[in-house]
Amino acid sequence: MSLTNDYIQQRLEEQFPGQLTQFEEPYGMLTFEAPRELNLKVMQFLFEDPELSFRFLTDLTAVHYPAYTGRELAVVYHLHNLVANVRIRFKVYAPIAQPDVFSATKIFMSANWQEREAFDFYGVNFVGHPNLKRIQNVDEMDYFPLRKEFPLEDQTRIDKDDEMFGRGGSFDFGNRQEDGAPRQIPDTEQ
Amino acid sequence: MALITAPNIFPNEEPLEAGTTRLNLGPTHPATHGVFQNILELDGERIMSAEQTIGYIHRAFEKIAERRPLYQITPLTDRLNYCSAPINNMGWHLTCEKLLGISTPKRVDYLRVIIMELARIADHLICNSIVGVDTGAFTGFLYVMQYRELIYEIWEEVCGSRLTTNIGRIGGFERDFNDIAFTKLERFLKEYPDVLREFERLFNRNRIFMDRTIGAGPISAERALNYGFTGPNLRAAGVDYDVRVHNPYSSYQDFEFDIPTGTTGDCYDRFLVRNQEMWQSLRIIEQAYRKIQDMKGQEGTIFHADVPEYYLPEKKDVYTKMESLIYHFKIVMGEVDIPPGEVYHAVEGANGELGFYLLSDGGRSPYRLHFRRPCFIYYQAYEELVKGSMLSDAVIVLSSLNLIAGEMDA
Repeated sequence: MSLTNDYIQQRLEEQFPGQLTQFEEPYGMLTFEAPRELNLKVMQFLFEDPELSFRFLTDLTAVHYPAYTGRELAVVYHLHNLVANVRIRFKVYAPIAQPDVFSATKIFMSANWQEREAFDFYGVNFVGHPNLKRIQNVDEMDYFPLRKEFPLEDQTRIDKDDEMFGRGGSFDFGNRQEDGAPRQIPDTEQ
Repeated sequence: MALITAPNIFPNEEPLEAGTTRLNLGPTHPATHGVFQNILELDGERIMSAEQTIGYIHRAFEKIAERRPLYQITPLTDRLNYCSAPINNMGWHLTCEKLLGISTPKRVDYLRVIIMELARIADHLICNSIVGVDTGAFTGFLYVMQYRELIYEIWEEVCGSRLTTNIGRIGGFERDFNDIAFTKLERFLKEYPDVLREFERLFNRNRIFMDRTIGAGPISAERALNYGFTGPNLRAAGVDYDVRVHNPYSSYQDFEFDIPTGTTGDCYDRFLVRNQEMWQSLRIIEQAYRKIQDMKGQEGTIFHADVPEYYLPEKKDVYTKMESLIYHFKIVMGEVDIPPGEVYHAVEGANGELGFYLLSDGGRSPYRLHFRRPCFIYYQAYEELVKGSMLSDAVIVLSSLNLIAGEMDA
């Protein structure tokens, strides 16, 4: 019997009645949302059930939704059943004030660094992780750079004097006054 | 008989203590082939523990991508696995096409397959010959470099650049392959099998090479899966998982090829699997090239899909046609809205499953883009692979895992 999305959804709803929501199939991949206390239970069930046996963690990452009050940070898991060749995706949401999510390292060794990366960039606190510290950024960093409150710099700004990167200094990009002082930012308030 | 003890000629110095040594392998050690660090705890020459530090060339691609239109993200993907940049480019184009619902003509698919398989050969070639260098055999490395050069020349004919290629566009290629590209491809197909055969003869049954690599850094299939191994490293452990077969993209289902697998997952198996994959890649390229030659008429010259909103119009049309000018302006200024959606697309990169998780909220650039970088995930297993083995094994395991710092750090 082939493992269809409908069947997986049915099995999940039997196991966790009424707790899993937002079942969707964007581009053919079954996607659902689980309460964050249940993330390990869901993963364990998907891993151990002989029919489902999603034994491969393809990807683990986080997303920041500033607009979702009280559930700003999403952790996204992509699981793969290699035998039946079916992929699924599920998400848990955590409030940014206390972003505690259980760590999947006990089930998948590969979750270790991926969770460290999600912690590094989004500050998701993976409870039970053996070594939760920054992985790409410097240890002294005190913010989480991929969160949406850090917008990328506007390339057209002219108030910065930055010789190293081609703005200001000996190059004339129109952001210097005659005497070499940086040009004032035009007042944008109407 | 009483034991004779040597007189202590340095009575004021403290005796040497038996203990472990801490050795920094990297970040700029020549044997690491990239900027990452391993702190090895050594007892004599035996490795007690290894701690990896990465992130020395982290460039925040995922953040940068949140401000860029789709076509400007392609150059970022070049810099992930820079040994086989075209696979990353194609993977990204395929992800965009999946999100936008674009289907490409068969000829485009086959041309892409040729480029991707050439990239796989270039990547495996470097990886395997570097394993040779690390075991003390320099000849193979210099010998095959000539053919990587030929591959680079083919890419140069197609897109104009060699290492960070930025090859192709959403919907196809920026221009058709010229005759020089096809001539060079023919030359490659003709000459490369002999070279590969000779390369294999240099290594496969070489006593020194076998002694150095057999049993070095082995991993079982179960552990490899748990560690998230993909690509040749997983197949060397005996799992025949290949994205090209499991989730065919770019018409891979039209080709006949085998998935080579190993048994023990050690350095020797990884080496053999890569060599075998190069033969399979050659098979695929030959089939694709034959299929392209068989295409006649209109079908035989097409090199991009008809998607004016995402594919730059020809330059002469921009100067003469209003519609082309508008599309050109919109694309270049990044003023095309991407439909909202959530898509995960994976391609078989040279060292594993390269995935793109793209979340769009309907804006002009992705809301969130995450790269599943294979070697970032499987490098975690390094400690388990080298624990208890000798220091010289640590270097071979590093090179045979095909770790690319650019991909690890994104």
